[in-house]
Amino acid sequence: MRYAAKIAVRHLLSSPGQSALLTTGVALGVAVFIFMSALIGGLATLLTLRTVGSIPHVVLEMRPRDPAILAGIDGAQIAVQRDLSRREQIAVWQPLIPLIGETPGVIGVSPQIRGNAFVERGQAIAAVSVVGVLPANLSLIADVASAIVAGSPDLPIDGILIGRTLAGDLGLRVGQIVRLRSERDRERSFRIGGVFALGIASADRQTVYMNFTAARALFDLPSGISRIEIKVDPVTDAPRIAAVLRRATGLKTTAWTDENAQLFEALDAQGRTGAIIKLFALVTIVVGIASAMLLSIVRRRGEVGIMRAMGASKRLVIAIFVLEGTLIGAAGAVSGALLAWFTLASFPPIGEVAPGGLPIDRTQGQFLIAVLLTIIAAAFASLLPARQAAGIDPVEAIGQ
Amino acid sequence: MTVEPLLLTARGLTKTFGQGEASATVLHGIDLDLRRGELTALLGPSGSGKSTLLTILGTLLRPTSGRHEMLGTDLATASDAERTRFRSRNIGFVFQFHHLLPDLSATENVMMPAAAAAGRETAEMRSRARGLLDAVGLSDRRDYRPAALSGGQRQRVAVARALMNRPALVLADEPTGNLDRQAADQVMALIDRINAETGTCFLISTHDEHISGRCRRRIELLDGQVVAGG
Repeated sequence: MRYAAKIAVRHLLSSPGQSALLTTGVALGVAVFIFMSALIGGLATLLTLRTVGSIPHVVLEMRPRDPAILAGIDGAQIAVQRDLSRREQIAVWQPLIPLIGETPGVIGVSPQIRGNAFVERGQAIAAVSVVGVLPANLSLIADVASAIVAGSPDLPIDGILIGRTLAGDLGLRVGQIVRLRSERDRERSFRIGGVFALGIASADRQTVYMNFTAARALFDLPSGISRIEIKVDPVTDAPRIAAVLRRATGLKTTAWTDENAQLFEALDAQGRTGAIIKLFALVTIVVGIASAMLLSIVRRRGEVGIMRAMGASKRLVIAIFVLEGTLIGAAGAVSGALLAWFTLASFPPIGEVAPGGLPIDRTQGQFLIAVLLTIIAAAFASLLPARQAAGIDPVEAIGQ
Repeated sequence: MTVEPLLLTARGLTKTFGQGEASATVLHGIDLDLRRGELTALLGPSGSGKSTLLTILGTLLRPTSGRHEMLGTDLATASDAERTRFRSRNIGFVFQFHHLLPDLSATENVMMPAAAAAGRETAEMRSRARGLLDAVGLSDRRDYRPAALSGGQRQRVAVARALMNRPALVLADEPTGNLDRQAADQVMALIDRINAETGTCFLISTHDEHISGRCRRRIELLDGQVVAGG
């Protein structure tokens, strides 16, 4: 093998221009492979981040009470109609908060009181969705504090935060007093403490944040809560954590993935497209190396013949040309990986991608996989031409 | 006078290329014995079958029929791998064109038959290659690549390469065919000296009377048949 390696290196060094050109071709293929990996991975990360950034990763709610079915009489079934006189609420929630908080993967827990209400100002009325949170948890699910465009994110008991669209629709400003009438027909006045712009149309138009205690009174919930929203890390663990919490609490759990199937379909399609492009890059490398090896063998037909005549085995000839192709593959793969590494370094991290910018995530570049796959592909690409070289008839090759 | 033991025996060797009406028989029942230490010229006009006979004796080509034995091994029926191993250990070649590998130095070219068989180069191989280059008068050209050598020097490197594995038989096909008279004489003198010193058997194909005149035995071939000296 050492002798085969020596001859292979000599072959490559004897035509430095051709070897450099071939290595450059392989390097560009590898760089494309890595670039596509970083782009597809980065795009998936960006879309996921933007999707899950402002929504809860898992929601825990009371299970809906199914109507009880009594024993059938003469083939008929008797069901008790769903009891709508009682509200769906998590009555005993305080012991659950530390239990959920200590579950591995959970990074934030926010008990909430939710309900619908009307904001009234003069003759203008708007239907809103009220989120009652503990002031400390305001930005746990959506980063409301950072989205404040006027006023402050504080949530005193008589204060509310409204979206920028709602403020525009009703002509509201920070400091003004508005009345909220809940679905329970309770009314209270609140002072607008801040206006936020989350960038989510429905939230900016319809959501109102208020103090947890104020929401209790507005929605007539003296002790229970509507739901518990949690954040997890990594977000892809949400379905698993939801299942764990379902078993632990007996509550109905909904992971963010359950309600974003289309996103996953899109990411999957995008991933497949990327895989096809990467496959083409690899095929290009294989075809390039195989062609170059075939040309090299045609050029060195006489040399192969004389080596065979002097007693070189077919295995040695195969080893020489497979190593030659593999060395080109290895050199090209490493050069391509370095080229990609330094090129991708100029792109900002995913979290800092500007609108319209390319979401390149260098950490998802699959550098090692690209290098290994290329080297393996180069070895396989050389195998067929090498076998052809081993079959050269020495008598014909040396022109006897 | 002592008779050297038999090295090679060929009986009824024939070689036909192609099939049917397009076939051409180049050798017609060649009988030939070579003994250790012989310096033999294989003479004949172009197309007489000299090169074909050499390639068959060198195990590069199989005869269509006939027996071919060397050092007790039946080479006509041996497998390709066995013939390759046998060739590597026992037969050296010198061709009309030197056929040196352009990417290797003179020393590396001489070492090639041994290194290719072993899969690696050793200090012992290098030492022997240098000794052979000294013996062919190229001690000052050891590290030169073929492109930097003259035609005669390249052919002397090729002779040294043929001797690397201490073969019992060296087959030389028109070894001086591409050389001028002075270079041809130098190469022939070298072969003569090595033959005398090492007892290596040389079978030299040539149609140069001057070269064949320096050999101690002459075999003449005409239309694929031995007509004299077989």
